[in-house]
Amino acid sequence: MTGPMKKLLSAGLGLGTALASFGAFAAEAGVGDSHRTMTFLVFAAIIGVTLYITYWAAKQTHSTSEFYAAGRSVSGVQNGWAIAGDYLSAASFLGIAGLISLYGYDGFMYSVGFLVAYITVLLVIAEPCRNIGKYTLGDILAFRNNPKASKTVAALSTITVSTFYLIAQMVGGGVLIKTLVGIDYEVSVAVVGVLMLSYVVFGGMKATTWVQIVKAVLLVAASILLVMFVWAPYGFSLPSFLQGVVDDPKVQAQVAKVLGDSAANMTPEQLGQRFLEPGLLLKDPLDQLSLGLALVLGTAGLPHILMRFFTVPTAQEARKSVIWAMGIIGGFYVLTLFLGMGAATLVGAGKITALDKGGNMAAPLLAQFVGGGPDSMLGNFFLAFVAAVAFATIVAVVAGLVLASASAMAHDIYVGVIRGDHATPEEQVRAARVSSIIVGVVSIILGILSKGQNVAHLVGLAFAVAASSNLPAVVLTLYWKRCNTGGVVAGMLVGAITAIAVVMVSPNMTYPLAKIADANKVLNGEPAKDGKPAKPGALEKLTGLQAKLATAIEGADKEKLTKDIAATEKAIKGAQDELKKFEGQTTSIVGLEKPLIKLKNPGIISIPVGFLMVIIGSLLYRDKRAEEMWDELYVRQNTGIHAEGAVAH
Amino acid sequence: MSKPQMNWAAIDADPRFQALHKKKSGFLWGLMIFSMVYYFLLPIMAAYFKSVFDTKIWGPINFGLLFALSEFVVAWGIAIIYAKRANREFDAMAEEIVKDAHKIGG
Repeated sequence: MTGPMKKLLSAGLGLGTALASFGAFAAEAGVGDSHRTMTFLVFAAIIGVTLYITYWAAKQTHSTSEFYAAGRSVSGVQNGWAIAGDYLSAASFLGIAGLISLYGYDGFMYSVGFLVAYITVLLVIAEPCRNIGKYTLGDILAFRNNPKASKTVAALSTITVSTFYLIAQMVGGGVLIKTLVGIDYEVSVAVVGVLMLSYVVFGGMKATTWVQIVKAVLLVAASILLVMFVWAPYGFSLPSFLQGVVDDPKVQAQVAKVLGDSAANMTPEQLGQRFLEPGLLLKDPLDQLSLGLALVLGTAGLPHILMRFFTVPTAQEARKSVIWAMGIIGGFYVLTLFLGMGAATLVGAGKITALDKGGNMAAPLLAQFVGGGPDSMLGNFFLAFVAAVAFATIVAVVAGLVLASASAMAHDIYVGVIRGDHATPEEQVRAARVSSIIVGVVSIILGILSKGQNVAHLVGLAFAVAASSNLPAVVLTLYWKRCNTGGVVAGMLVGAITAIAVVMVSPNMTYPLAKIADANKVLNGEPAKDGKPAKPGALEKLTGLQAKLATAIEGADKEKLTKDIAATEKAIKGAQDELKKFEGQTTSIVGLEKPLIKLKNPGIISIPVGFLMVIIGSLLYRDKRAEEMWDELYVRQNTGIHAEGAVAH
Repeated sequence: MSKPQMNWAAIDADPRFQALHKKKSGFLWGLMIFSMVYYFLLPIMAAYFKSVFDTKIWGPINFGLLFALSEFVVAWGIAIIYAKRANREFDAMAEEIVKDAHKIGG
């Protein structure tokens, strides 16, 4: 082991101990104080395993092919697990289970797109890319297009997509760890960053791959275990399990709350059944199509997923890895149905949203419940385990993203564009490591700066940019003879810019006037309109409640009134904070008073634009090389002749 | 590692490669279009044919839930169909071409 490596490894371990001491100051965490030591032991065990993997992988990582592609010696099955580990982010594990626990059917509809996306990967992308690619998206595009131009735009797009994804993961991870174990947000982000950096910088793709495999196995194991607990009481029968969901008063109450006024005439049974029907969350069909399009086309354009296909020895193994990944990813998403529904009945939407409004704590709370509840040893062990799995999930996904950005920076920009492909092997590996450190440090800083920001739409934006920029360029380079540099450059730039621009004028941005109006509505109520009765504001409600409390006689009444008063006071404080925050502001960051379009997901606009620009650009531009190289590209992508081989050990 | 020069245009024009190209593209794009149509049926049905989705089929399980689950089965089915055909047919055809590649047009 080299000197600096020892230093970094011990820094990682040191941070692990720092976790323990910081934990003591935690407040309102998911894990009870008495079980904190156990939580840290579980975390330490998982961190220890990943650092050992890194140590082992570092000894075998010397060349560029080893650093970027694990020597192309990863087997199809291993790569399938690693793809699952790379893809199943905390957003899907915690987020989807949470959405199902709050909105039933609509949450589950999200899951479907994440699996179907791999059909595109399997049929269109995986094998040709393995056959003609080397390390990056840029390599694929540079095959027949102008190398410098295509590598530059490919690197720009890779870094853009990965950074959006990365910030969402870092912020999500920081918030998650803070909620679950009570470590400060900044420390959480730094710990995730330093760990991920040590995997990537020392162990390269090999360590990243194995960390992803370990994480995927843990995630699947934890999910199966939880589903066993949830489903077993119903004798593993799907109708009786779902009947249990329909009959559950907590589920019925949640549906009534979501539906509001329109639930007034529904029986409890109808309310419960409504949970299994579409429409509680997703309201705009066009937005859904747009999101679906970005998912099923964007996944195939995600650089960190694309990069995984360079780690296997042949196109056949690439095919096998997608099949395995689809089995694991699909199976996992089927399990989320049980996790979400189980959390909805056993924990209840009320408790879930009390910890996190978006429902992200559904799975961890479910784990705590099935283990015996917040006061039991086993319950807290389960919670700690799920928290640690979520943590492993974040570091594994982040490591893949950093490796993708670093390879774009080092291999495409530095080696390809600046050095004109004339760098020595040693120089290339050094460039890769230095780039990883730069990307890692920048992502830690961005993660800390984004504290408290709503970053949920960034993952959607990453998919949309990948689908509008990377995918059209790759697909048309691979399958359209007339495609050339002009099209690739125009399509990638315009596709990406369109996706980002559409989001900038969409309802995803913060519009101060709307926020101020909402806060005023909470405080002062709404006048009667369109036959609906007037709603009283929180201020009015508070005076009423206080007056009632003064005259209340029974203890139970008093208790309820005190509770209501506390809730109303909280609502007033929240609204006043909002008013203060947006005081004097009238426009969003791009200077709009209200969104220009209703769409939240840009895909349905930006994906056609991306494809169209590649076509127009190619037709307007003459590029002899792109035409001459077509035969070679097409033969090689279909036969694997001259494909980059595995490194013999 | 130096790679021998190949006559790519000749391989591309070779009838065996053309046969592979025809079979593979038709099959791949057919599967791709089918899977996209089947996938987008889900949000479209949920939005515009909600009453169909709400129809109870098996206890509390409605058609919409079965349709969502069928998406998984169809996706896996397509993956398996493609893998079988590729393993059995396309790989062998490509192998034939690779074997003779340096001779074709040379």
